[in-house]
Amino acid sequence: MSDAILRLDDVHTDIAQYHVLHGVSFDVPEGGVHVLLGRNGAGKTTTLRTIMGHWRARKGAVVFRHHDITALHTSEIARLGIAYVPENMGVFGMLTVEENMRLAAYSGRFDGDRLARIFALFPALETFWTKQAYALSGGQKQMLAIARAIIEKRDLILIDEPTKGLAPSIVRAMIDAFREIAAETTILLVEQNFQFARALGSGVAVIDDGRIIHRGTMAELAADGALQTRLLSLSLEAG
Amino acid sequence: MSDWRHTIDRFGGVMLLPVALAALAFVAIAQPSTWVTLTVAGLAMGMMIFLMASGLSLIFGLMDVLNFGHAAFVTFGAFIAASVLAALAAWVQGDSALLNIVALLAAVAAAATFGAASGWFFERVIVRPVYRDHLRQILITIGALIVAEQIVLAVWGGAPVAVPRPAILEGSLVFGDISVEIYRLFAFLLGLAVYVGLHLTLNRTRIGLLIRAGVENREMVEALGYRIDRLFIGVFMAGSALAAMGGAMWAGYQGLITGAVGSELMILVFIVVIIGGLGSIEGSLLGAVLVGLMANYVAFLFPKLSLASNMLLMMAVLLWRPYGLKPAVKG
Repeated sequence: MSDAILRLDDVHTDIAQYHVLHGVSFDVPEGGVHVLLGRNGAGKTTTLRTIMGHWRARKGAVVFRHHDITALHTSEIARLGIAYVPENMGVFGMLTVEENMRLAAYSGRFDGDRLARIFALFPALETFWTKQAYALSGGQKQMLAIARAIIEKRDLILIDEPTKGLAPSIVRAMIDAFREIAAETTILLVEQNFQFARALGSGVAVIDDGRIIHRGTMAELAADGALQTRLLSLSLEAG
Repeated sequence: MSDWRHTIDRFGGVMLLPVALAALAFVAIAQPSTWVTLTVAGLAMGMMIFLMASGLSLIFGLMDVLNFGHAAFVTFGAFIAASVLAALAAWVQGDSALLNIVALLAAVAAAATFGAASGWFFERVIVRPVYRDHLRQILITIGALIVAEQIVLAVWGGAPVAVPRPAILEGSLVFGDISVEIYRLFAFLLGLAVYVGLHLTLNRTRIGLLIRAGVENREMVEALGYRIDRLFIGVFMAGSALAAMGGAMWAGYQGLITGAVGSELMILVFIVVIIGGLGSIEGSLLGAVLVGLMANYVAFLFPKLSLASNMLLMMAVLLWRPYGLKPAVKG
């Protein structure tokens, strides 16, 4: 696929003595939301952390826009245009909302139009702009983590389980926000909430035991109950 | 219940603890002039320990490095300052206030410069190979401390070294019954100036923002596109320079130093870092002032308890707030 913005080719990753990824290969086409689904412990977070360089691939290649980024430092990968929203959100609790955002803007200055769009997507951030981030609710912290990822134009955003622990009303707001973000940026979303993934995803890959066991479109997977049961029955909220 | 807590928090929260301690001591001592002398001595001691502790706290908070060799920078700072002051004896003892001050600043600057340079070497050679490995950090930094103390012995000898004090800082200011030693006042003001400088750097600059973020979550700072490891060396050099500066001031305060000066102070420095909260400059200041005041008040009121007083203070704080009084990380 020549239009892939990101390609993983036979990626093997070890964490300490454990061999976690056993040759993960998939492409992420440019544009839209692409979902990586899988059970707990299947290797989803490890895949994102390997792409970001937090954990090093022992074998295989991670290619972003034709650059081999497998051995690059995390900061260099980020500067190439990849943003990362980890499962724990990575919000700096002792910094204010503004300082969190300022850190994500490389120049230290904000693009006014972009900031206005972020405030329109997540009004709570404007309300709590000068408050320390530890005082935010879980949903507001997630909004801040996502806002940090889009305060500058990025080509690809990796998001790890953004709906974890959030109230249904906030999840619905997230769906609208992600649709808007996906209009200008490619998103690789790791998710266990199938309803959320189905509402957003165009392409889907399913990982199990450190291997990709299915690739296709979300529409196919959503329409095939038997396939869902076979691939995802263990822990997904597929109802 | 929560109303008075809110009120206390509004007026400074735990930062009011030194005020509460001083008020208690005022009642217990019952002699205002003695209380003022002890309070100024406690604040001066606290500020000198703050100089030594702030660097250690930042190094641990940002770099996750347990540096037991920090004492070496204190010791070298003390001896280098003593040597500079001895070399400039004519200026130190002369009548010119300007030359007195220049000599003292030269001594402190020489100590800080040596601290920064040796900090660079220490980080590159000793610490860098053992990042993320606490056990090896403890072993190798204690080993480096032993080597450093032997170097001090080889260069300056085993006998205690007298530290000349600039004439302008000799003596006391007397207000009625109250006598305040000038050197202590100077040490307090220097410590305060360093705190203000650190506070402004950490809160008003982009590097400060990166350091504060790095103390909380280094990995996320890297994921935002910054090489945090390049900050490590700068923080390590600054922390070592501050320790050496603290050693230089302590040398003048004591007037007589031995090669064990750094190791002896490290117990207080670690207590300050632990009760203040790892990685927190405000916490280091609070802890240092508490330790300085406690040491002086208890030495006067209950001399037999003076050695144990700060250990008891640390135990009490940790039982109340296990992460210290002003932790650098929350929720």
